[in-house]
Amino acid sequence: MTLDSIALSRQQLDGDKMIINLGPSHPTTHGTLRIVLELEGETITKSTPEIGYLHRGVEKLGESLSYQQFSPLTDRLNYCSSIMNNVGYACAVEKLLGIEIPKRAQQIRVLMSELARIADHIVCVGVNAVDVGAFTAFLYLFKQRETAYDLFELATGQRLHTSFTRIGGLFRDIPEGFVPICERFLVECEAAVDECERLLTHNPIWHDRTKGIGAISPEDAINWGYTGPCLRAAGVPQDLRKAQPYLGYETYDFDIPIGTTGDVFDRYLVRIEEMRQSLRIVRQVLDRLEPGPVNVDDPKVALPSKEKVYTRMESLIHHFKLIMHGIEMPVGEIYSATEAANGELGFYLVSDGGKNPYRIRVRPPCLPIFSSFHDQVKGCLIADAVAVLGAMNIIAGELDR
Amino acid sequence: MIIEHIDTQLPGAVTDRHAFRGDQTIVIGRDHLLAVVDLIHREGFQLLVDITAVDWPERPNVQGAGGAGRFDVVYHWLNLASQERLRVKVPVADGESVPSLTAQFKTANWFEREIFDMFGIRFEGHPDLRRLLTWEDFPGHALRKDFPLDGGDPFCMEGCTAPYNNGERS
Repeated sequence: MTLDSIALSRQQLDGDKMIINLGPSHPTTHGTLRIVLELEGETITKSTPEIGYLHRGVEKLGESLSYQQFSPLTDRLNYCSSIMNNVGYACAVEKLLGIEIPKRAQQIRVLMSELARIADHIVCVGVNAVDVGAFTAFLYLFKQRETAYDLFELATGQRLHTSFTRIGGLFRDIPEGFVPICERFLVECEAAVDECERLLTHNPIWHDRTKGIGAISPEDAINWGYTGPCLRAAGVPQDLRKAQPYLGYETYDFDIPIGTTGDVFDRYLVRIEEMRQSLRIVRQVLDRLEPGPVNVDDPKVALPSKEKVYTRMESLIHHFKLIMHGIEMPVGEIYSATEAANGELGFYLVSDGGKNPYRIRVRPPCLPIFSSFHDQVKGCLIADAVAVLGAMNIIAGELDR
Repeated sequence: MIIEHIDTQLPGAVTDRHAFRGDQTIVIGRDHLLAVVDLIHREGFQLLVDITAVDWPERPNVQGAGGAGRFDVVYHWLNLASQERLRVKVPVADGESVPSLTAQFKTANWFEREIFDMFGIRFEGHPDLRRLLTWEDFPGHALRKDFPLDGGDPFCMEGCTAPYNNGERS
């Protein structure tokens, strides 16, 4: 955030250059980030992204919180799909502990993650369409997002900041009545995705606005550190759910859509197809959901149930020890990555054996993607920059942490 | 596997190694960094997933090659073909700089800016080493262990010439 970036130098004033400030409060930034665009005529010659407006020092805060207390902060990373952040973080701590969670907890985590992925892609595709002027698709899709959020509310008690996972399992089992609503959602969402495709996929205006914009080669995409739908749109079939399966993803039947050119249109197609694949996974989870506990049976990790705390001495002691002294952590460092809606969400934890992590690092998927923004929009128009920004799905909460 | 390869190609580069929960880590001196990066890049570790740093203020702050400095700069690589991950740690003393990887990996640009912002570690050869998340004259480096959690002085903004401070700049 420097004044140099907005102050016009004499040379700039003399020429035909014009400087436009996109953000920090602009409808297409969907969060607070600022881009300083230098225009020559209508063509962008330079763009300087300025980020950090939503920097809350999550990594610093994590060093003073216990492992469990950090979980609510992960909600606020990618707030469009907070459950996936919860799951990613819980998986990281469980990797550090070296424990495996029960089958049912894994299945519910997959179920909720895929619902969150759908909700996230709905935001990205719908809002991208709004940004380039196609308002209708947004309305059809957002009705489904509402249902997805209702499902989150039903299961977790919260729509956005879910904090659904606990280390070693879940906050609670999914309630009665969840499965029928979810089944209905699967049917309605599939229809809504088809409807959205009918509105956009063969729409010549949508083609004009998105095809060839933000195209990137697979080599460049890898070099820029792209992950997730943006990398797959460039033609690299990298999906951690297939490549390095976690939570039993290897047992589900689903496909990885890939694009060819990496432009905004391909990213849109990849996201649409991923929604369908996520619906497939959710259906498989519902079919195989087996009864059982949702937390590990280890009083040193997971809190004992309330009835036990009130009736048994040992459980009361375990409860007290866990709340006051935290989980006993081994000394070591791990990096654990999950496939979040935007790409690889990584957590790098360094433990010195204490109650709090010594260092906690969040590897946000959209930071490397956004760092390529100048390359993506050089020589484009402002309207194209808006389309690229939407297709990158920049979530400022996770960008700035 | 890759670690043995580095050992045979660049003997003496790897000063320490360990494996924990399936993560393989090597520690190298900073003068070997570019050679090692070149080697593993050719071996297929093309996705530089993350760069970060860890502050160990209790460690002796020995400068020079082979010294155990105050900071660890931590790199994570992923081999897309074999899905193998590799963590490379480079110890750096306070005041020392690390060679920048921006020439090989464009993604290193912002990661290195973030480390400079949060830890005050400089990267040699970085084209645009400015703060990334905090503003230009933010006092100190927030992720150092001696930086207070609450920002310290409640008036820590005093004397600092942020853009919204009456628009004054020193």
